[in-house]
Amino acid sequence: MAAQDFTSCTNAGPITVTVEDGKVVRVRPLVAEQGDFRPWTIEAGGRSYSPPKKFNLAPFVFSERDRLYSQDRIKTPLKRVNFDPGPAGKRNPESRGKAGYEPIGWDEAIEIVAGELKRVKDAHGPSAIAAMTSSHHNWGMVGYKMSAFTRFFNLIGHTPVLDNPDSWEGWHWGATHSYGFYWRLGMPEPYDMLEDALQNAEMIVFWSNDPDTTRGVYTGQDAAIWRQWLKDKGVKMVFIDPFHNYTAAAMGGKWIAPRIGTDTAMAMAIAHVWITERTYDQEYVKDRTVGFDEFRDYILGKQDGCPKTPAWAAEQSGIAARTIKALAREWASRRTVLSAGARGGEGGACRQAYGTEWARMMVLLQAMQGLGKPGISIWGTSMGAPVNADVGFPGYGDPEGRISTTRAAVACPENPVTQRLYRPIVPDAILNPPIHWLGDGFCNRSLDQQFTPHTYPEPGCSEVKLWYRYGGSFMGTMTDTSKWARMYQSPKLEFVVNQDVWWSSETGFADIILPACTQLERDDIGEWGEPGGQTRHGNSGCNFRVVVRMKKCISPLWESKSDYEIFTLLARRLGVEAQYTEGNTDRDWARKIFEISDLPKRVSWEEFERKGYHIINAPEHRKATPGLRWFAEGRACDTPDPRNPKRGTVKARELGTDSGKIEFVSGSLHKVFPGDTQRPPMPHFIPSWEGHQSPLAAKYPLQLLSPHPRFSFHTHYDKHAHWMDEVPLHRVVKDGYAYWPARLHPEDARARGIENGDVIKLYNDRGGVLCAAVVTERVRRGVVHSPVSSAKYDPLEPGNPHSVDRGGCVALLTPGRMMSQNVAGMAPNSCLIEVEKWNG
Amino acid sequence: MTRYGMVIDVERCTGCFNCFLACRDEHSGNDHRPVSAAQPDGHSWIKVREVERGSYPKVKVSYVPVPCLHCTDAPCMDAAIGGAIYRRADGIVVIDPDKAAGQHGIVSACPYGAVFWNAAENLPQKCSFCAHLLDDGWKEPRCVEACPVQALVFGDLDDPRSDVARLCAEKRVEALAPKPAELPPVGYLGLPKFFFAGEIVLGDKPDECPEGVTVRLRDGKQTVTAFTDNYGDFEFNGLEADAEYVLSIEQAGYKPRELRVHTGADPNVGTIVMEPAA
Repeated sequence: MAAQDFTSCTNAGPITVTVEDGKVVRVRPLVAEQGDFRPWTIEAGGRSYSPPKKFNLAPFVFSERDRLYSQDRIKTPLKRVNFDPGPAGKRNPESRGKAGYEPIGWDEAIEIVAGELKRVKDAHGPSAIAAMTSSHHNWGMVGYKMSAFTRFFNLIGHTPVLDNPDSWEGWHWGATHSYGFYWRLGMPEPYDMLEDALQNAEMIVFWSNDPDTTRGVYTGQDAAIWRQWLKDKGVKMVFIDPFHNYTAAAMGGKWIAPRIGTDTAMAMAIAHVWITERTYDQEYVKDRTVGFDEFRDYILGKQDGCPKTPAWAAEQSGIAARTIKALAREWASRRTVLSAGARGGEGGACRQAYGTEWARMMVLLQAMQGLGKPGISIWGTSMGAPVNADVGFPGYGDPEGRISTTRAAVACPENPVTQRLYRPIVPDAILNPPIHWLGDGFCNRSLDQQFTPHTYPEPGCSEVKLWYRYGGSFMGTMTDTSKWARMYQSPKLEFVVNQDVWWSSETGFADIILPACTQLERDDIGEWGEPGGQTRHGNSGCNFRVVVRMKKCISPLWESKSDYEIFTLLARRLGVEAQYTEGNTDRDWARKIFEISDLPKRVSWEEFERKGYHIINAPEHRKATPGLRWFAEGRACDTPDPRNPKRGTVKARELGTDSGKIEFVSGSLHKVFPGDTQRPPMPHFIPSWEGHQSPLAAKYPLQLLSPHPRFSFHTHYDKHAHWMDEVPLHRVVKDGYAYWPARLHPEDARARGIENGDVIKLYNDRGGVLCAAVVTERVRRGVVHSPVSSAKYDPLEPGNPHSVDRGGCVALLTPGRMMSQNVAGMAPNSCLIEVEKWNG
Repeated sequence: MTRYGMVIDVERCTGCFNCFLACRDEHSGNDHRPVSAAQPDGHSWIKVREVERGSYPKVKVSYVPVPCLHCTDAPCMDAAIGGAIYRRADGIVVIDPDKAAGQHGIVSACPYGAVFWNAAENLPQKCSFCAHLLDDGWKEPRCVEACPVQALVFGDLDDPRSDVARLCAEKRVEALAPKPAELPPVGYLGLPKFFFAGEIVLGDKPDECPEGVTVRLRDGKQTVTAFTDNYGDFEFNGLEADAEYVLSIEQAGYKPRELRVHTGADPNVGTIVMEPAA
């Protein structure tokens, strides 16, 4: 048995894959030569901090082999048994979701799909074709969703679907108007934040943030040790979260659990304490902010007769006034990091009704303490290690890093269609057009971009007739998701394709299913943890930058093919293969992207290919440029934030707001929506439209909290890697079925006759979901904690959109309502439910 | 001579389950005879126990990974017939996959639940410290390599320069319960101990947290003292099991309070209101 090792990179860490006799037998953290690592050192408090010479994967990556050989793989092309694509044939769209499938050959599958693409385009124009991906199912510049997929659909023309900023809604729609950073979708620059915290921070307030679970998004567990260092150093930690989250479990510290939807009230009461006790940074507020006087008057109740006191916030939040006061005083007296989401900004409190107000308050609270001064930052604790920012390698968010837009291509076809759809409301658009919304999805080009009005169908464009779906996660990730099932069964969609590696929640709604392969079965290239674009230098969440030559370890399993090959076959049938491939294999594209990066200055392609990876160590002699220190000190921006539009200009001392300062009253909002009462120019506390005080709470008294999951990457690795079912915090196996966990307080359980391990039904008027009860003191009373992102949509009545789901897609229960009238963000954490023991 | 051992630092463990999953990746479908047969579903050769203590909002959660402890005086060896379990010269206790077939008694002999039954193969199975890898020149088992926070420290107990020997020399390492007479090669740091926590409120100042209130905990032998922090919270940690204490609170100008508390009950004694002295 000759074993051979291959290198690859997942969306949560680089790996070495061992293959014996054509079979993968082992997946472990990338094995690099020890001499290739040159760890950085941070000096703080008389100690030196250096990371170990290793790569720390997220747990699910260890199930990669199980996922690769999963019986849940789509093994051959499939056709729905009662789908007849012929001119006179019956298509039976209403049976999508319940009809079975029969295997067909690739020739027939390509003929049907290419035939339908041509038929629909000829009859209605390219706008009648819509194509939509899920996020992050594989890593790699060639195979990533904006790459092979987008190159094909730009070539033939299509209506793209704009992504909403689902993980950081409130920061995108709110915080950008307080401190800019729209080019980072509202999240702050991460530079040298670890060094700043180790040297200066005395306290960290984790507000709606569980970095041990969200892991810097892509950076595995490299940052876990940073928090251990901070803990060992005696940095005090406070956790504000209705759930005693996993970081709190690991770190210890003070746990404060407000009612869902009341975080903004608590934040305002903290401001009240600081204002009345004059413990805010008055000089900073005067020099670095605008609009404070109006804000102060609102907090003191001079505007509305309601002072935002701790006692007032206690009524809202259920947290004692004395506790809020103590927190405010401690915060003001210590150099405090505010850790309000994975990348600084994010967090479940920003994904609820009026989540803009909370995110803005996070910025404004730190502004009152001198944001950017030593130890006073907005930092997620999972980005911001020393990093060499001078060596360029593109991420998927950069045009250079996609074969659809890269200058490594001879030509990149442009999509001729101007019509757009918007992800959270695609089913509404298909079922009940016309619809309207504001914003271009990820609005990283200007503060105004999120005000762009859109209408579907756009004048001169067709409604969508052909839905090409790549992935199939939305039943578990969007909001009010039974509407996706209703959409799929509509005759308005004449043809539905699903292309995926595994059977996912939406796969069984397609007419034709195409089996793609994993990244271990194709060639690619990618840098760990670096999305590029709006998250440039996300790689600073890794202790070592590493670019990996993602090798084809084995041939595609069963009848699967790489996405690139599938699109090549379709392009061939449509007569555009040469434009699509330019004669390149996926490995050729990987090499071309290597060649336009800075890597050839450091390593030859041959050496890179032989070794399979290249580590880019932090500079030996470096000068820290902590994020926003320049702003606090009134200097020109000195961080390597490439998309900061004022950097290097005469306005380099300014933030990205209209005034260039932190805005308590937002100029950009005042200009466009001066009378908006739901996102006023100055943040307000507005009771949730679905919260504990709503009339609906009489019928559904529990609040559902559905944060990101700990043991899957969105839906990925759930369901498809059955090893994960045995992680008892991920799924709970009962009578041979792996249920999704729902955590509830012992008193809420007792009142309903529920015991730990019982199968329970979570329900409201939008649907019902079966989960396993986990009875725990780790949630406050009145809250049910069940993460979003189950990959398993398993309706008891297949094909019935209203069926109870046994797979744990709690997104079926969450409201489809947008955050507020001019904010097209989703708000899944504003969700009332009831729970009962399931005796079905 | 190498004698392998491991120290598991529960204070560091974050409950990420990397160890469990790396173990599964190494062993599922992979036969590593003579030291281990392939691991079936349902086995946890390193099992991460979640230990939740206290009540809202005074909650503590610990994760305790439990592999085979490779006991110095291994009860499973006594239960094994025909040399089905043996100790290697490096201290690793191995279940021989061929000789152990049918010996269900080995599973129940382990007081830590670290031996699992493979019904399909009729075989007891457990952690081998990845002996096949160590024999192949690896420095540590898969679980240790996978740990992101060095909560699992592995090495040669007989090499005084090794991290594992250094930790053991500090004498803080203890055995998992039920504790054997001699510390097994797998020892623990920071195993969860009993604690009491609570909040003090002054009856006439309910909107202010009283900092520095004196709280004493005494049993028959000794008294320990704590002071409330800026939230009015106090905590006593590291208490012995199955013990009764008297908790007394004193603050000048307030009537003293005394409560009887037992480690078998909720460690969160709740909010204690101190009334002003007359």
